[in-house]
Amino acid sequence: MERLRSLTRPVWRVPLARHAILAVVAFVVIALVIGSSSQYLQTRYAEMAYFAIAAGGLTLLTGLSGQLSLGHGALMAVGAYTATLVLDRTGGETLADVFLALLTAIAVCAVVGVLVGVPAARLHGPYIAGATLTLAVAVPRLANQWDFLGGEQGLQVPVPRAAELPGWIQDLVWFFTAVEIDQYSFLAYLGWLLLALTFVALANLSRSRVGRRWRAVRDDDVSAELAGIHLGRARVVAFTVSAMCAGLAGGLMAMNVRLTAPGAFTITLSLTLLAAVVLGGLGSLTGALIGAGVLAFLPHFATDLGESAGLSAARAAEVTPVVYGLVLMLVILLAPTGIVGSLRPWWARLTSRSSPLGSTKEKTP
Amino acid sequence: MRTTARRAAQVVCVLTTASLLAACGAGKERPSEGGSAVGVTDTTIKVGAHFPLTGPAAPGYSEIPSGHQALYEYVNDHGGIHGRKIEMVVKDDAYNPTNTSAVTNDMILQDEIFAMVAGLGTPTHRAVVQRLNDDGIPDLFVSSGSLQWGDDPSSSPMTFGWQPDYEIEGKIIGQYVKENMPDAKVGLFLQDDDFGEDGEKGARQFLDDQIVDVQKYTPGGSTDFAPQMSSFKSKGVDIVLGFNTPSFTALSQIAAQGVGFKSKWFYSNVGSDPSLVGGLLASMTKGKIPAEQGVKLMDGMLTTEYLGGVDAPDDEWVKLWQKVWDEYSKKGSDKLTNYRIYGMSQAWTFVQALQANGKDLTRESIVKTIEEEGASFEGPGLAPFRYSGDSHMGISGTSVVEIKNGASEPLTPVLVTDIGDAPIEEDDSAASDAPPSSGLPE
Repeated sequence: MERLRSLTRPVWRVPLARHAILAVVAFVVIALVIGSSSQYLQTRYAEMAYFAIAAGGLTLLTGLSGQLSLGHGALMAVGAYTATLVLDRTGGETLADVFLALLTAIAVCAVVGVLVGVPAARLHGPYIAGATLTLAVAVPRLANQWDFLGGEQGLQVPVPRAAELPGWIQDLVWFFTAVEIDQYSFLAYLGWLLLALTFVALANLSRSRVGRRWRAVRDDDVSAELAGIHLGRARVVAFTVSAMCAGLAGGLMAMNVRLTAPGAFTITLSLTLLAAVVLGGLGSLTGALIGAGVLAFLPHFATDLGESAGLSAARAAEVTPVVYGLVLMLVILLAPTGIVGSLRPWWARLTSRSSPLGSTKEKTP
Repeated sequence: MRTTARRAAQVVCVLTTASLLAACGAGKERPSEGGSAVGVTDTTIKVGAHFPLTGPAAPGYSEIPSGHQALYEYVNDHGGIHGRKIEMVVKDDAYNPTNTSAVTNDMILQDEIFAMVAGLGTPTHRAVVQRLNDDGIPDLFVSSGSLQWGDDPSSSPMTFGWQPDYEIEGKIIGQYVKENMPDAKVGLFLQDDDFGEDGEKGARQFLDDQIVDVQKYTPGGSTDFAPQMSSFKSKGVDIVLGFNTPSFTALSQIAAQGVGFKSKWFYSNVGSDPSLVGGLLASMTKGKIPAEQGVKLMDGMLTTEYLGGVDAPDDEWVKLWQKVWDEYSKKGSDKLTNYRIYGMSQAWTFVQALQANGKDLTRESIVKTIEEEGASFEGPGLAPFRYSGDSHMGISGTSVVEIKNGASEPLTPVLVTDIGDAPIEEDDSAASDAPPSSGLPE
């Protein structure tokens, strides 16, 4: 055992390897869960995945680089419309079409991220929040201006048919889950695969020099500048990375919802994303994941609860925002640092008790 | 010795894991699927629909599902249909197409509905038509008059319209205005989607050279229509044709008063319910226009009618609806409204279709039944259905009415037509259908 540990330790010390191994293990577990779930739950998991990608990007921006964005819903809209247009042109039936659409969505959002990030880098605090807020209000309305964006009714999104997927994917999924892959499970697998990749990239970035710079800029911009960090550049990079995540999330959302319309990208979406990030714990990817889970499951849970309590459908529909608001208020009152933030000291105590050596060793660089 | 044992344990571990994983695998044979009577048991049929229960489109429209549920309970209490009772799942989409897509997903996958019955709204329902047809789920009697539910059954074989479509309504409105106000300058007030587009298409067949101004609105957008009304005023519009939902009838009236724009109004059936609009006017102006005065404000407005409403309590159908509503409404305090009558009338058609289908119910069979027998269904509609293998369009005509003291007075007989160049003809035959003596759909 000692030998095994000595073999794995150097690998474990490299953040990229550690994150990658964790991601692979997590993906295998979630893939098995998805495979054995009902189609309904699969759509919930897929929803959780794209919310988590967007929330991950936002938590990086707000938690690490300290820029508060209220406009991520608009960036998701850009991603969703881009992906939809590409899928529409290509037919959107094969796996290659899907990846092309998602990559284009990421690329377009990167450009938008730079365009928005450059002026935003000059602002801070409430000013950047205000600037991004206008983005959230204005961008989805653009769809009403041009016919090719489908107006209020939106654009239908072609979804890859399971039969068009490469045979090896179909066989692989069938072999492990004994369930034929269909569009629901496909979108759930795709969402979680991309989520794992995104989170590895984001975790790595935050552990790298770039991430340390962001933290320095967030904590004290004057001293960061004195230390030779280009403030503007660091902020623009953070905004761009975050926008790319939002673009990917928007693309996935389009495929899941099967419709891209302005009604999906109201200011509420931007605010719920922020709520998810705060709920989970600002600056933590695990927190973003938990917050996304709450986003994907809580409204349905609340509606079902209302209906099972004998409320009419209309009343049950009204219960949902109340429950949502209550949960948010409770978390902020009882766990001001978010769910992950309040678990962290407990976790630290637990690990330090079991291996006091290991934890002190971690601290030395 | 100890190291060997440990190594052996490791090897065993790895092997066990591998064999376990392999055992989990299901091999290569896959079963084939058949049958499509999801949501139907020997004693129940589960259907679902999306409605705006909250948000700007909720007033009025949120009452429709209560009409459905009252009629289903009435039918269930009288033995159901071929021994089956109808259960209806209603989900709120707040008139937002993205929500419609989400709640439809839930109804298909979680509630496992047999069919979508009466899902409401043009932009909203459009978001899910493809989905329902792809999955082979009957999509019956959409609560919207858009053409797309029925004009091309080859692309949407599972979808059926129910109410008169907006194009024939536009044609009937257009012809009436052409004949009775040949010199009037016409302004169009349109919802900016297929609803407005189809209505405009119908109206332009007759009024192309009389239309001087077109103003559009989006349901989720601004609620101030002063600019639109000012535009009508500056162009000297004499009559406004409105293809809009009830909230926007009230909003356009408030804005018209605000800018001092006076004209004749002709709202399509969808947006013209006097008591609802009166109530909306009261609540939107915070009581500055009381509900009674709001109803009075509607006096002299023109609209169309294809179902008898609460203003005709002596109508045989309305008597039946009143009886059902009194016995089966969940809350005794709520009154019967035109929206509840609309819901009960749709539910009536659905029950008729189930009756005609017989005991062996599948998703395919119900579609076939409506195509083959739907045109002969006798019901509360003033004009017959157009259902056939080539058309899934609903009720084929309306009459033009004028609103007086919150009630409607017919100006024309029932006018029946079809989409495209089909001529408009008088046909009162279906208007005389009376409910069966049993009071149950047959």
